[in-house]
Amino acid sequence: MTRKAKFLLGGGMILAALAYLIYSGVSQSMVFFVTPSELQAQPVPGKAYRLGGMVVPGSLRWQPGSLDLSFTLSDGKASVPVRHKGTPPDLFAEGRGAVVEGTWTREGYFKSSLILAKHSEEYKAPHGDEAQAGYRELLKTLKDQAADGKR
Amino acid sequence: MTRWLGWLAALALVAGLLMGFGYAPKDAVQGNVQRIMYIHVPSILTAYLAFALVLVGSLGFLFSRRTAWDRLAHAAGEIGVIFTGLTLVSGSIWGKPTWGTWWTWDARLTSTAILFLIYVGYLLLRSMVEDREQGARYAAVVGLVGAVNIPIVHFSVLWWRTLHQPPTLLTPERATISPSIASALLVNWVAFTLLFAYFLSKRLSLRRLEEELHA
Repeated sequence: MTRKAKFLLGGGMILAALAYLIYSGVSQSMVFFVTPSELQAQPVPGKAYRLGGMVVPGSLRWQPGSLDLSFTLSDGKASVPVRHKGTPPDLFAEGRGAVVEGTWTREGYFKSSLILAKHSEEYKAPHGDEAQAGYRELLKTLKDQAADGKR
Repeated sequence: MTRWLGWLAALALVAGLLMGFGYAPKDAVQGNVQRIMYIHVPSILTAYLAFALVLVGSLGFLFSRRTAWDRLAHAAGEIGVIFTGLTLVSGSIWGKPTWGTWWTWDARLTSTAILFLIYVGYLLLRSMVEDREQGARYAAVVGLVGAVNIPIVHFSVLWWRTLHQPPTLLTPERATISPSIASALLVNWVAFTLLFAYFLSKRLSLRRLEEELHA
C-alpha cells in the first residue's frame, strides 16, 4: 500500500468514527432523559425512554423477597409511577434524583429495566463529622467492612 | 530543571494523597468512593491544559513554521491523551458504584470520548505521514480544530440535560463544596499540573534527540 493510500484509509476511519459518535451524540445525548411532564404530555406505549426526576418521598415500596421495587418520579409538575425488578444502586433513595431506562406501558406505569442514580455537585462531610479527620473515617469504614465480612 | 520539576511533582503527589485520604472527610452521600474525584478532576483539568498547549503550538507552527512550536504541540498532545484516558477510566470506576453503570452516552461522557478520539487521531496522523514537515502541518490543523471540543466537554453539563452533575470548579455558580474537600482537590490539581510540566519537559528533550537522530 502506498503512503497516500494508508493515510487516506486511516484518516477515513477516524472521520467515520467521529461522524458516527457525533451523530449518535446529537440524536440521543443532547437530552439524556425526558421529564415526567414531557412523558405525560405524549406517552407512547412500548417506546424506549430514559425518564429522569426526583424519587417522591414516601412513594418507595421494596419487596426484598421478590426484588420488586416501585416508586414515583416527579419533576414538581407531573409524576410517573415506576416499577422495577432488581436492586437499585446504593445512592438511590427517596428525595434524590434518578434516571430510569425502560418503556411506558398501556397499564399506565413506567416499566424500568435500569436505574441510574443522579448525583448532585455538592460535596460535604457527613453531618456533624466535619471535624473528624479523613483517615479516621477511612479506617472506620474499612473496619466496618471487615466486620461485615466476618459475619 | 527537569529533575527539579520531577521531585517537586513527586512531593506534591504525596501531599495530594495525604490530603485526599488523610485530611479530607468522606462525602456525606457517596462515602469513600467520592475520593476518586481527587484523580478524576485533576486529570481532566490537566488534559484541558495539555490540549490548550496543543492549540498554542499548532497556531505558532502554522504562522511561523518553526519546529519548536510543533515540538510543543506534539509533546502536549501525547500527554493530554494519557490524562484524558485516566479521566475516562477513573470516571468509569466511580460511575459504577455511584450511578449504577460503567458507561452511558450522556453529553458529558460522549464529548469526553470524542475528545480522546480526536487526539488519538491527531497522534496517528503524525505517525502516518512520513514527511515530518508535512505531518506537522496536517497535525497543526487537527490541533486547531480539536480545541473546539474543550469548551464543549466542560460546558456540556450546563448546555444539555445530562446524567453527569454540573461542574463544582470553574463554574459561574457558587461553589457547593466543603473547604476541606476543596483544599484536597486543589493540592491534587497543583500536583497533577506539576506532573504534567515534568512530563512535558522530559518529552520535549526526547523530541529534540529524535530530531537530531533524523537530521
